[in-house]
Amino acid sequence: MTLPSSLLAEPEPFDDLPPKEHPVPLATTLSPVRTVPTLAEAALRVRPTTLAVERILPVLPALVGLVPDGLRRGSSLGVSGPGARSLAMALMAGTTSAGSWAAVVGDPDLGLVAAGEAGVALERLAIVTTPEPSAWGDVVGALVGSLDLVVVAPQHRVGAATVRRLMARVRERGSVLIRVGDGPWPDRFDLTLTVVDGSWEGHGSGHGRLLLRRAEVLASGRRAASRERRVAMMLPSPDGSPASSEQTGDG
Amino acid sequence: MTEPARTLVVRCPDWPLTALGVAPSDPAMVLASGRVVAASTAARSGGVLEGQRRRLAQSMCPEAAVLERDEAVEARGFEPVVAALSDITPWVELQRPGTCAFAVRGPVRLFGGEESLVDSTAVTVQEALDDTLGVGAHPGCRIGVADGPFAAGLAARSVDGRAVLVPAGATPGFLIPFPVSVLERPDLVDVLVRLGLTTLGALAALPVADVVGRFGSEGLDAQRLARGLDGRPLQLAGHPPDLAVGIEMDPPVERIDQVAFAARSLAGSLHDGLACRGLACRRVVVEAETGHGERLVRRWRDEGAIGATALADRVRWQLEGWLNGPPGVRPTSGLVRLDLVPEELVHAGSHQPGFWGGATAADERALRALNRVAAMLGPGSVRVPEWRGGRDPAEQMTLVPVPEGPVAGSVDGLIPVVPHPPDSPPWPGVVPAPSPAAVHAAPAAVEVLDAADRTVIVDGRGVVSAEPVRLCQGGGAGVGVVSWAGPWPVDERWWDPSRHRRRACMQVVFDDGLARLLVLEEGRWWVAATYD
Repeated sequence: MTLPSSLLAEPEPFDDLPPKEHPVPLATTLSPVRTVPTLAEAALRVRPTTLAVERILPVLPALVGLVPDGLRRGSSLGVSGPGARSLAMALMAGTTSAGSWAAVVGDPDLGLVAAGEAGVALERLAIVTTPEPSAWGDVVGALVGSLDLVVVAPQHRVGAATVRRLMARVRERGSVLIRVGDGPWPDRFDLTLTVVDGSWEGHGSGHGRLLLRRAEVLASGRRAASRERRVAMMLPSPDGSPASSEQTGDG
Repeated sequence: MTEPARTLVVRCPDWPLTALGVAPSDPAMVLASGRVVAASTAARSGGVLEGQRRRLAQSMCPEAAVLERDEAVEARGFEPVVAALSDITPWVELQRPGTCAFAVRGPVRLFGGEESLVDSTAVTVQEALDDTLGVGAHPGCRIGVADGPFAAGLAARSVDGRAVLVPAGATPGFLIPFPVSVLERPDLVDVLVRLGLTTLGALAALPVADVVGRFGSEGLDAQRLARGLDGRPLQLAGHPPDLAVGIEMDPPVERIDQVAFAARSLAGSLHDGLACRGLACRRVVVEAETGHGERLVRRWRDEGAIGATALADRVRWQLEGWLNGPPGVRPTSGLVRLDLVPEELVHAGSHQPGFWGGATAADERALRALNRVAAMLGPGSVRVPEWRGGRDPAEQMTLVPVPEGPVAGSVDGLIPVVPHPPDSPPWPGVVPAPSPAAVHAAPAAVEVLDAADRTVIVDGRGVVSAEPVRLCQGGGAGVGVVSWAGPWPVDERWWDPSRHRRRACMQVVFDDGLARLLVLEEGRWWVAATYD
């Protein structure tokens, strides 16, 4: 076994990941009479083919009204409004319970018990401390390269160049970036979810306890999601998991 | 079945300390992952024991210097000793840095008896240590001779004098009084001790069928060792001819970092090659060739079969010993070829990876990325949840650092800490579900005011002084209360004055749309969590 000299050095950060599909053999797609294609053309041809269903991360049944086709891989989501954390947990729940990994960067306050109640598979959840603003892009970049779902809540203003680089990586690796919070973001999200009109039920003045929150979530976005949708749901329902209002009824 | 070969073991006591240049008279200890792995004579007389936690060891002997373990330095320092022993026999096997062994049968004829062989070995090692470390800077060496490397290792460990020669055939009797912990199989030993089998003699006396029935192949291996036999019978017949792996390196490498990654993947491919035939090896030969045609050969052995991680470690230690060793040992030019040859093949045991579950490629990839991020941000920066239990949302779950990363080609130690399924007994007084989505790591101090702008208090019977109306933080106008529930008094650990906590919790919904969990403790209100 002869070792190429490139192996003697430490590997590049992301070159150890297997491609998703076997590339189409070059010989069958290139006819011999054609001139040698440029590298970009060749790369385009041998790009792995992926089925449409593999380009989707699943969501909980309660969120189907909000994101009917699941989370599209390679997209970005903005989640904001009062109850944004609960909604982000609901999104993480469907994905992690289907076997994907999720990481949360820069939200040390995330309620882990609530995440467990929402249905997040906690054995596939990692919490990363808030990195320095200078290292933020590298850290999130490393995560979106290998984890399916990365939730960020940056405390600082993220530069446009950083976000552009990140989104290129997200599209290339087919992960999903979720940003939680209301601050400015230098890019348009593919899908924006905003919690509006949340109201808690189950308590009065000095009696009862918090049981559930009825909330309306507004979904808007680009391309297929450009039509605005309003979905009423329980976020959370009495057992802590999100539920659509129709599912349980008002009784 | 063959009898175990008569073996001589040379052991340098406290090698982790000696290699770091600590003389036996200095109080010092070496720690690895928070536990003492070696302590000098001075520290040991202060009460420091191997396996103690750092805090306890430091309280036992505060003046002792605390050093971190450096296996590279250990391997580098031991290479001259092994090189010197090569004058006695070329078949020296390293067990770990600081301990090596060789079969007595060949050299005993040259030296005319075991006693003189032991004497010459002691003198050789002593001279090599004096040359490299200086006279008096090391505690010398211990030598043990017995039937089989396991018993010889114990003979080299159990003495204050120089050498212990267990006569041929007396090994089973010699092993009887040793505690079962010398088997170095913590899980098995734990069960054995609870069953009252505290010594090797007690384990050896059990019927073989019962041991296999209760403990499987691992128990059988342990009992064979306790009976003075070889751990697992060798797989002599029918193994495929060529399991050795090797790489050529062009250009020649002279620095350890240039070859470390290649060596690790080479160790991984050797292990994979063995594993897919259901085999493991007890001994591996590390061979290297230099640009000037020198041939360097060392044998490493482990009584249990060598796993992928252990194999990668041994190859790295050996390369460290050669490439960074003192001038007499170091090769005159760079390495151009590295070979790993497995020897003493045994059945890999009955371990079968799970068909469902277990580590998937996605898990491995995710853990690699998390470890990479942990390396970027420092230890403890990437954490995973673990269930602890408690009444407070902040207490029920805690975060523990993500486990150290998997070595390429192995799946040992890959599964992260799995949160405990919350089917544990209930905690009376726990804040009921749904739990708050944000639990504040640093709770903010707030004022909870009633209609007359007086602070709301909760009396000893758990009754509020007045209805809360407003929440103020830092002198601002604050937010108004829409509705509230509670208070629920919590009186925890009243039996322990230092950890006693007495507080009252309230769920309050405010007119900014958020609900908060407020806690009154020692006369002050805090926002413990937010139902975000």
